Amino acid sequence: MDKTPGTLPIQSATFSNSINSEIRRAAATGIYDIRGGGAKRRVPHFDDLLFLGASVSRYPLEGYRERCGTSVVLGTRFAKKPIELDIPVTIAGMSFGALSGRAKEALGRGASAAGTSTTTGDGGMTPEERGHSTKLVYQYLPSRYGMNPDDLRKADAIEIVVGQGAKPGGGGMLLGQKISDRVAEMRTLPTGIDQRSACRHPDWTGPDDLEIKILELREITGWQVPIYVKVGATRPYYDTALAVKAGADVVVMDGMQGGTAATQDVFIEHVGIPTLASIRPAVQALQDLGVHREVQLVISGGIRTGADVAKALALGADAVAIGTAALVALGDNDPKWEAEYQALGTTTGAYDDWHEGRDPAGITTQDPELAARLDPVEAGRRLRNYLKVMTLEAQTIARACGHNHLHNLEPEDLCALTMEAAAMAKVPLAGTDWYPGKPGF
Amino acid sequence: MQTYDVAADGLRGLNATLQAQKQETNQTRWEVVNPKGSHAIAVGLDAPIDVTVKGSTGYYCAGMNKQATVRVVGSVGPGVAENMMSGTVIVDGDASQYAGATGHGGLLVIKGNASSRCGISMKGIDIVVHGNIGHMSAFMAQAGNLVVCGDAGDALGDSLYEAKLFVRGSVKSLGADCIEKEMRPEHLETLGDLLSRAGSDARAEDFRRYGSARELYNFDIDNAAAY
Repeated sequence: MDKTPGTLPIQSATFSNSINSEIRRAAATGIYDIRGGGAKRRVPHFDDLLFLGASVSRYPLEGYRERCGTSVVLGTRFAKKPIELDIPVTIAGMSFGALSGRAKEALGRGASAAGTSTTTGDGGMTPEERGHSTKLVYQYLPSRYGMNPDDLRKADAIEIVVGQGAKPGGGGMLLGQKISDRVAEMRTLPTGIDQRSACRHPDWTGPDDLEIKILELREITGWQVPIYVKVGATRPYYDTALAVKAGADVVVMDGMQGGTAATQDVFIEHVGIPTLASIRPAVQALQDLGVHREVQLVISGGIRTGADVAKALALGADAVAIGTAALVALGDNDPKWEAEYQALGTTTGAYDDWHEGRDPAGITTQDPELAARLDPVEAGRRLRNYLKVMTLEAQTIARACGHNHLHNLEPEDLCALTMEAAAMAKVPLAGTDWYPGKPGF
Repeated sequence: MQTYDVAADGLRGLNATLQAQKQETNQTRWEVVNPKGSHAIAVGLDAPIDVTVKGSTGYYCAGMNKQATVRVVGSVGPGVAENMMSGTVIVDGDASQYAGATGHGGLLVIKGNASSRCGISMKGIDIVVHGNIGHMSAFMAQAGNLVVCGDAGDALGDSLYEAKLFVRGSVKSLGADCIEKEMRPEHLETLGDLLSRAGSDARAEDFRRYGSARELYNFDIDNAAAY
């Protein structure tokens, strides 16, 4: 029997199944998609860079034998008591409210055991967190939830949050189902209502005001502790320069892969720039102002491995911060909860409805039964192990490049696999001595 | 009475000295002279002392105050008594933007007028303004009382939570989810007490009360036009 050849069904690249499902969801619910995490789309990242390693022109250091330093001091510009860390990997700000108290405790335990700092988040400082964190950075956020001078003075550093990579220019929304009595009390709001976190600070606007705000915070804390300024990566050169001008000790640059507890998917995926694209302009600003290494640069947003750490440092950062990766180390998106992820309409690795408070892993929830699933001691141990592995990985690479400290890594140790990464990182395309925009070409 | 000259001895010395005062101090009365518009005057205090600033100040005067009574014989810049926890701050003149922003407690009295965003995100502070207040005052105000003896500008109480607003004069417009509410006896009592403590002779009965309609407390797409 003759059969006329048919064309295979062709899926639209523009109207993909994923896009169509979102259109149907929006049509059915009348609300935009809210989720946690950072950008999931493929963007140029550290995977697009490679280290060159030693060769005839450079010789390596012996692994396991020759020392490769990992320590970093943050806040050397003005603070009387800079933060001294054993490793250049810190824990980014995540709130009690977004996370359970046990998860915050685990972050503190893990970070402290690894010799690094952890950071509060929107909603203030909890005693558990302070108690379990050897070095705690206190975030100063637009909402000022839980903000008080006593906690401010207990902090080892203050981080003024101007924005975050997942949503530069946006605020936050902690939905009512996560507002337990304790969370509500800490934020001075009724239990069960959606809690809006403002997108900008209530009592200052612009860099001139920020300079005065930093002065006030220093006067209240006696100029003792470092003051960081955290920005979402958008205009990294100018934001870094303005933060320095305002008096920051440390600039924290958070790229679009950096996570959030909850915001609109359209915001996460379409506002801000990749982490990789933010580093060189920020470093350039510091260099142009003559304060590179005097004002430290912390990079965050999609840091996962020691290779990522090493690459960020090679491009000029002093340290990195991790958030999502730390949660995964604690147990987030663990395959052992697959049946429960399926019941929630998702799967391991894709679960991002952190705002709904039904996290099977017990991390992004205020439900007492779910939260009890996380053992903060064991989870803290896992985080400590993970941080140690990242550090060992970074040291392995640094030694292979012939460096006796992670901070001696430099752009000349790198090459790029793609034109985009070469342009953003300003390192040559592999096998060439050229990158887009290189002067003289 | 202790006297501190800001122009001669500097801001750092002023705040360090005032912050060093403890509960049992004998040096309870301080006069600060020559502030000359300096920022961050008398910030982070935490003792029951009386501080009188003789002249106008810049940003964040009496920021994060606890226990202390700070009086400014002059006007103040933006963010006076921001994030105040307790105590009393009195401004004899006018206040710029964000007066009492995010304050958790205590009493802020402004004898003159207050500019825009007075009481923004207030979290329990009581604010009494003898004159008028500017636009967007009490934006996202969570708790506490804002008393305005004069008029209020546009968008009063926009996105208000549980703070209570009392205005004697006109209100140019109310913000999203802010409505006029019944003045009940307990409100009159609270208001009368605040007016008395703030040195105002206004009558509580002449005020109207505004508060949250609580219709935007949980997001609903049908309310999107309200934002």
